[in-house]
Amino acid sequence: MQLWLIPILPLIGFLLNGLFGKRLAKPVINAIAVGSVVLSFLWVVKTLNALGAFSGGLEETYKEHYYTWIQSGALNISVDFAIDRLTAVMLMVVTGVGALIHIYATGYMAHEGGYYRFFAYLNLFMFFMLILVLGANFLLLFVGWEGVGLCSYLLIGFYFLEKFATDAGNKAFIVNRIGDFGFSLAIFLVGFHFNSLDFGTVFAQIKGMPIEASAGIFTAISLLLLVGATGKSAQIPLYVWLPDAMAGPTPVSALIHAATMVTAGVYMIARTSQIYLHSPWALDIVAIVGLTTAFVAATIGLAQNDIKKVFAYSTVSQLGYMFVGLGVGAFSAGIFHLMTHAFFKALLFLGAGSVIHACSGEQDMRHMGGLRKYTPITMVTLLCGSLAIAGFPYLSGAASKDLILEAAYEHAPWMYWVGVFTAGMTAFYVFRAFFLTFFGEYKGKAAAGHGHGDHGHGHGEPHESPAVMWIPLAILAVLSVGGGFINIPHFLEPIFPLQEGEPARWLEYVATAAGLGGIAVAYLFYVVSPALPESLANSFRGVYNLIYNKYFVDEFYDAAVVEPVVDGSRQLLWRVGDVRLIDGLANGIGSTARGIGGILRRGQSGYIRSYAAWVLAGSILAIAYIGFIGASR
Amino acid sequence: MDALLFMIFAAIAVICGINLVVQTHPISSALSLVGVMGALAALYLLLGGEFIAAAQLVVYAGAIMVLFVFVIMLLNAGTEKKLTVRPLGKYLGAPLLLLFFGMMAYLIQRILPESSPVVFGAFQSGTAAEIGKSLFTVYLLPFEVTSVLILIAILGAIVLARKEVD
Amino acid sequence: MPLGPLPAAVPPSWYLTLSAILFALGVLGFLLRRNIITVFMSIELMLNAVNLSFITFSYMLKRVDGHIFSFFVMVVAAAEAAVGLAIILTVFKNRQTLEIDEVSTLKN
Repeated sequence: MQLWLIPILPLIGFLLNGLFGKRLAKPVINAIAVGSVVLSFLWVVKTLNALGAFSGGLEETYKEHYYTWIQSGALNISVDFAIDRLTAVMLMVVTGVGALIHIYATGYMAHEGGYYRFFAYLNLFMFFMLILVLGANFLLLFVGWEGVGLCSYLLIGFYFLEKFATDAGNKAFIVNRIGDFGFSLAIFLVGFHFNSLDFGTVFAQIKGMPIEASAGIFTAISLLLLVGATGKSAQIPLYVWLPDAMAGPTPVSALIHAATMVTAGVYMIARTSQIYLHSPWALDIVAIVGLTTAFVAATIGLAQNDIKKVFAYSTVSQLGYMFVGLGVGAFSAGIFHLMTHAFFKALLFLGAGSVIHACSGEQDMRHMGGLRKYTPITMVTLLCGSLAIAGFPYLSGAASKDLILEAAYEHAPWMYWVGVFTAGMTAFYVFRAFFLTFFGEYKGKAAAGHGHGDHGHGHGEPHESPAVMWIPLAILAVLSVGGGFINIPHFLEPIFPLQEGEPARWLEYVATAAGLGGIAVAYLFYVVSPALPESLANSFRGVYNLIYNKYFVDEFYDAAVVEPVVDGSRQLLWRVGDVRLIDGLANGIGSTARGIGGILRRGQSGYIRSYAAWVLAGSILAIAYIGFIGASR
Repeated sequence: MDALLFMIFAAIAVICGINLVVQTHPISSALSLVGVMGALAALYLLLGGEFIAAAQLVVYAGAIMVLFVFVIMLLNAGTEKKLTVRPLGKYLGAPLLLLFFGMMAYLIQRILPESSPVVFGAFQSGTAAEIGKSLFTVYLLPFEVTSVLILIAILGAIVLARKEVD
Repeated sequence: MPLGPLPAAVPPSWYLTLSAILFALGVLGFLLRRNIITVFMSIELMLNAVNLSFITFSYMLKRVDGHIFSFFVMVVAAAEAAVGLAIILTVFKNRQTLEIDEVSTLKN
């Protein structure tokens, strides 16, 4: 079945563009970069078709073994790729949305420097992400995990001449690393306890074991995996890198920080669902973490002015929803939401990119407005996306979110109410962004003819994006609208058995009502009476400041973690450890040698007779040794 | 008889050796060295080393010592002013020497296996024929190498002692 | 060592002791004398003492190899004497002195 082709094609794209891109013309770079991902997508389709995924087949996992990587005692880790239905969903999402974003990026990045480098990194990211998804054991997943972290760092800091971009890249990588530490510990525990890292082997062993009532090995592994997932999927407490990651180009934000990489944590928890199902306590923690994150991120999103930041916090919040879905046992609902979120969040980001491109680099929504005159296509597509995320009935977002909320209600009703309230906030801030951007009067500077920010050229009035950019938007819009009809939970039934019984109808209606209510309030605030938000903010100045400043979490981390580490390194590790101990040791050896040499120098007097005396003394010693202690005793 | 001979020649050797060290003029020292060599040649004879005894007299006493005497006369080396000794030598050298000698004597007495006294004629393999046989079969390589060594020595001596080319 | 009336023949260890005495005398001369040539002659004395040792051991072991070694020692001593005296000549030409202590320029 040649599964290896799926990741290798983007890798070839990376190598070609990375090594030779400097000398290639832009159309060639485009062809290589976009072509490799599109080919990968087509190969995914072909493979899934051959496996029967589209026609009810693929009940069992299909695995391909390539070679044995590590063979050490009882531990046998090989490079295996496996496809089951969960992988199939992920593959379609990653390659499909990835291909669309690649196409979009050829238009968006057309005027940027480092063009070939961008696509090389993007292809490398696809390679690692596909390894992550296809990997049939923990270690391969981890390889992909780390690899996408690396590419995230490279792409966030793409505009490496800007300090805030490189700082953001560092932040992303370091925070991710903290999560990876937890993940590594989890892998060690798994390997130690089950003598294997292979998914099939481990889960088969786990199936027969009892469910833990209290803390035990499953809880430990689950919590450690959760630490890794919070790092990669930007949950509390390791979400702080995602808003800063908006320093990267918008296609990067769309692909990595909306559709694919940040979903790796969700995928990982879904993949290891057997472990989590054996530790209900850990599942609860997952759900609570997700819910808290969803709520907090949504509140922060209410007050942001940068359009990308709004969507960034929205991503964090929606990821929280996915975690809630996983945490209440509705794994397939979580994955369903992953898929629909990929569609509408990628659409929102790409649309935001289109808007930014139209305003020649402006990202502050307070300087936008009235764009419906200039960018109608973008507006329509963004409307589809916004409606989807807000939970408009029958759209994709509503389908998946409602499933999650229903499952949450089954688990613990208070989670449902918090989720509903968050849904209302989600609708509100998304439509706030929408109305601020497309309605009202244009308040931007582009009319004056200069532009800045992440787009280099100045234009006259805002203008619509080229076809290469709005066609992917259109496709994503169609998917956002119709994606809900792809019955993912039914598709994933062999892996995640569905619960019996129909949930109460009113749950759905309340959630929808919350969403529509949010849209209405946004309409009120930003179209009907624009002065209302201002006065509201002034009345609740304290609260407003709190959420505008993201609850000062970054500042808190800085004071509590970053400063002590940096200071400690400087004072202790550098001054004492490096300078005194290590340098002292190295220099000390040198000065000791010199001292000894100074003493031995006296022996070289130049007087032949003293040499003779030394010879005599030495020979006496030798004779004494041989005679009394040595051979001829 | 053999003991008497040994005593006589040993005494000669030791006295000449002491003379070598004590005399101030190099010529006297050289002549004492010749005396030592002669006494040693007699002792070699006692030990059955006929060839070596002859070689000692011919090569050592006859050629090398003559060379020494030539050089002493060439350089007109005069009497040493005084037998001055650096304090280090005086206080360190003599005890060290004593220690060395004492150790050697003790070891010789203790380690050496019991063997019969030296009788003239007891060792028959010291003839020229025997030495030649051994030299050209077992020790052929050292023999050849030594001839190269002599060649090098000749070259070295010539290079060192010739007049400067102006 | 048996004392008393002189025996008819002496054990080989006496020869070795004589060799040690001569060697010690050679070292003494080497350490104490200042004239280069005398120092050189002390070296020759040491070599001779070693020769005696070789011959004695050859007698004790009833083999001819000691004689061979002694032979080689003599050859090497000859070569060494030739070169050494040439060096002394050169040193004399350059320094006009035969004092061993004055031929050191290696500063302490």
